[in-house]
Amino acid sequence: MPSLIANSDKVNDFVVKFANVNGTGSASANSLIMKAIFRMGVPVTGKNYFPSNIQGLPTWYEIRVTHNGYAARATQVDIMVAMNAETYSRDVRELGSGGHLIYDSTWPRSSLLQRSDINVIGVPLARLMNENFDGVRNRILLKNIAYAGVLAALIDVDLDVVNSLLGESYGRKPKLLDSNTRALRLGYDYVKQHLSCPLPLRVERSDKTRGHIMIDGNTAAGLGCVYAGATVGAWYPITPSTSLMDAFKGFCERYRVDPQSGRHSYAVLQAEDELAAVGMVIGASWNGARAFTPTSGPGISLMNEFVGLAYYAEVPCVIFDVQRVGPSTGMPTRTQQADIMLCAYASHGDTRHVLLFPANPEECFYMAVQAFDAAERLQTPVFVLSDLDIGMNDWMCPDLKWDDAYRPDRGKVLSQLELAGLEKFYRYVDRDDDAIPYRTLPGMSPKGAYFTRGSGHNQYGTYTEDSAEYQVVLDRLKRKFINAPKYLPRPVMIGKGTNEVGIVSLGSCDGAIREALDILGRQKITMDYLRVKAFPFNTDVENFLRSHATIFVVEQNRDAQLKSLLTLETAVEKSKLNSILSYSGLPISAQPIVDAIRAKLAEAPRLSAVPH
Amino acid sequence: MSYINKPKVAHPSLPTNKLGLTRRQYEGSMSTLCAGCGHDSVTASIIEACWGLDLKPEQLVKLSGIGCSSKTTAYFVAGAHGFNSVHGRMASIASGANAANRGLTYIGVSGDGDSLSIGVGQLVHAIRRNVNMLYLIENNGVYGLTKGQFSASADIGTKAKRGDVNVSPPIDPVLLALTLGATFVARSFSGDKAQLVPLIQAGMRHNGLALIDVLSPCVTFNDHEGSTKSYAFTREHYHAAIEADFVPPAEEIAVDYAAGETTRVGMHDGSSVLLRKLDPDYDPTDRSAAYRYIESKLRQNEYVTGLIHIDENDTTEFHKLNRTPDEPLNGIPFEKLSPGRAALDALMGKFR
Repeated sequence: MPSLIANSDKVNDFVVKFANVNGTGSASANSLIMKAIFRMGVPVTGKNYFPSNIQGLPTWYEIRVTHNGYAARATQVDIMVAMNAETYSRDVRELGSGGHLIYDSTWPRSSLLQRSDINVIGVPLARLMNENFDGVRNRILLKNIAYAGVLAALIDVDLDVVNSLLGESYGRKPKLLDSNTRALRLGYDYVKQHLSCPLPLRVERSDKTRGHIMIDGNTAAGLGCVYAGATVGAWYPITPSTSLMDAFKGFCERYRVDPQSGRHSYAVLQAEDELAAVGMVIGASWNGARAFTPTSGPGISLMNEFVGLAYYAEVPCVIFDVQRVGPSTGMPTRTQQADIMLCAYASHGDTRHVLLFPANPEECFYMAVQAFDAAERLQTPVFVLSDLDIGMNDWMCPDLKWDDAYRPDRGKVLSQLELAGLEKFYRYVDRDDDAIPYRTLPGMSPKGAYFTRGSGHNQYGTYTEDSAEYQVVLDRLKRKFINAPKYLPRPVMIGKGTNEVGIVSLGSCDGAIREALDILGRQKITMDYLRVKAFPFNTDVENFLRSHATIFVVEQNRDAQLKSLLTLETAVEKSKLNSILSYSGLPISAQPIVDAIRAKLAEAPRLSAVPH
Repeated sequence: MSYINKPKVAHPSLPTNKLGLTRRQYEGSMSTLCAGCGHDSVTASIIEACWGLDLKPEQLVKLSGIGCSSKTTAYFVAGAHGFNSVHGRMASIASGANAANRGLTYIGVSGDGDSLSIGVGQLVHAIRRNVNMLYLIENNGVYGLTKGQFSASADIGTKAKRGDVNVSPPIDPVLLALTLGATFVARSFSGDKAQLVPLIQAGMRHNGLALIDVLSPCVTFNDHEGSTKSYAFTREHYHAAIEADFVPPAEEIAVDYAAGETTRVGMHDGSSVLLRKLDPDYDPTDRSAAYRYIESKLRQNEYVTGLIHIDENDTTEFHKLNRTPDEPLNGIPFEKLSPGRAALDALMGKFR
């Protein structure tokens, strides 16, 4: 075997990338390895770069083994498992110097040898499968498990852990379990016999994953909806939000089916389009159910008219926007944060909406619950702006926790008794001087009946074209929006707060920024970091903007939408804000943030963030 | 619109229903539609139907989209919640509302523009979803609020007030509903209250989506010579094929019909519809035959009215298919909905 090109030991800190063809069953092999590393107590993140296609196109999966627990995508690849002949040349190029290339040596690949600064590891995977298994499809599927075995041997993943994972997956299908176990072993043994193991890049048991889980944001959000007590979910399938409703439905089948009667305490309505989906949510919420819809950018575009109705008629509704790359159809399987402005001001006329920005799957769970509370308290649409990276990738998160004392905030819904105590009920009168009116649910009594309309109405709920009456309602809606932050999560602040330089960001940029702060910290560059969790912004945001001389706004879109929103909705001077933008469709990583900050600070050396 | 405000106090001699309510207590705010509008007659029929059903006003939910017809939900049963939504999207609001609370009676009022143009997709899918509601289309072939453009139900050759002649084929809601598998399809005429009231009552009691297409002439923009949706033309060309009487539960069928002439259809709540066939060859339970019959009559410019199709044996009603409990979803206590801490702790093991 060729001697290894010298590289420093990278224990529990390296990146493995798998290049596959989609539809060949590679996903389960890749997550098998990731889960095994996680079970060995070593933090990992998984990023899936997949095509908008069912079968036959290139797909990549990246596992970052990270003892520091970084959540962001790494920029360097240390091990490339190159299983797709079509993308070989590109995959080989992507490998960092000193990296390792694993390929199927059943067929000669002379082009692989063009780079002299990498280690090439050939394993005749197809031949091994052909010699040991029957059936073309079977051999293709098992080849994935075989390379998982190869990798396990090379990076020292405990085979017992992998085997127990296989047992959990195929426990009820002994034949499948047997073939998978054999395939795993074939790959593993081949490497043990022919190569010296493990590589300097390897996994060493640790205890950093205790109390943690691996979960994607859509699953966590779907679970959050179940815990929040949502009973109606309406949706139209759209990548990358589909798995949110799949999760909701799956958890409902587990927790919400009466064992005796078989009746479902939930209803999932697959609508004909997103217009209908949000219409159903509005109808159900108006009628007293907690209802939600998951969608993505194109769906939000379609929902605009109804969102305006819900805003003006003051009907709660919860909309999850799992953002993907736009404009238009864009790149449906790539990530971005480019719907911020769309959601903040959705629909015609004067409208502004409450937005929540989860940064990871854990927050998707909690914010799902908060979204329903806020929507019902404020009687308005609430958008939860997740993205594909959070929604569809597996993240390591602390165990989700639940307080059984929690009760939903259903907002100002009059009970039968309260209604009876009123002389007369008026839908839009600001009785409590908090800009939030009372509502009633259909079916209570004629006294509580009112007419909901998107046309001009006065505070008594009746139709109006009178300017003054119209403005009374519109002005109250504005006050309600301005008061909203007290019902919304506050931003997260990291740092002493006294630095001259600050970072403001949101959502899934968080992992990359935390990592960038560590890198900068090692270079003796310190700054404060504020992550907004909700819009409208509260005073913490305003204070942070005021107290920092130079502010970097990090976000994943081309047009600096968070920066735009900050300039429009706070008193910040525009010139203080410097954008760091990532809109390639791949999740943002730390190094470009570090580079951009260093470059900017070099222009202005007086700033205290720069070491003297 | 008419400007005569009715007195608020009802005369003590007005008849009351079983709830002790007079018809006046099923009225809504004053109509702002043009005097003589067909829609106001439909509103009167809805009021009569609800009063006759002894329906508690708060048990009704009124939904509509945008347009002249959609305004009318404000003009009946003031004691019911109403939702005047956006153009062509009433059906989705109704679907969601019905999913949340199956215990109420839902009536959606729409028009031909609202349901056959901008909202045809929502109508189609509400039928497919078989939402338990009465879906009433007040059909006048014209856009009134925007001053008289043709709608998708305008017949070929019909003339607009300003002289344009329509060349595009109409979408007939009855044929559409029949092809989509609707389990209750009827047509009537705003001017025929005797026919319309029992149809509305039966439609409200039908367990699934009941569609009633009501020819409801527009006096301002479509009531002239050359229009096929005018009062005169409709009166001349409507043809009752089958009459329906609605008999509430526990009420004896008092009317005596000649044997062979009348069919009784039992409804799920114990009420009945008595069908009297005016055309001996017509079978309203045979969907395909109904379609052929209606279509052949339409070709002869005849609007067949009455209860065109009914299928009370159907089991595709939304809640039935979705296996929701008898109690409304919006009334299930939170404790039964949220799985709680122990379940979550146990679930975490699946994610390691």
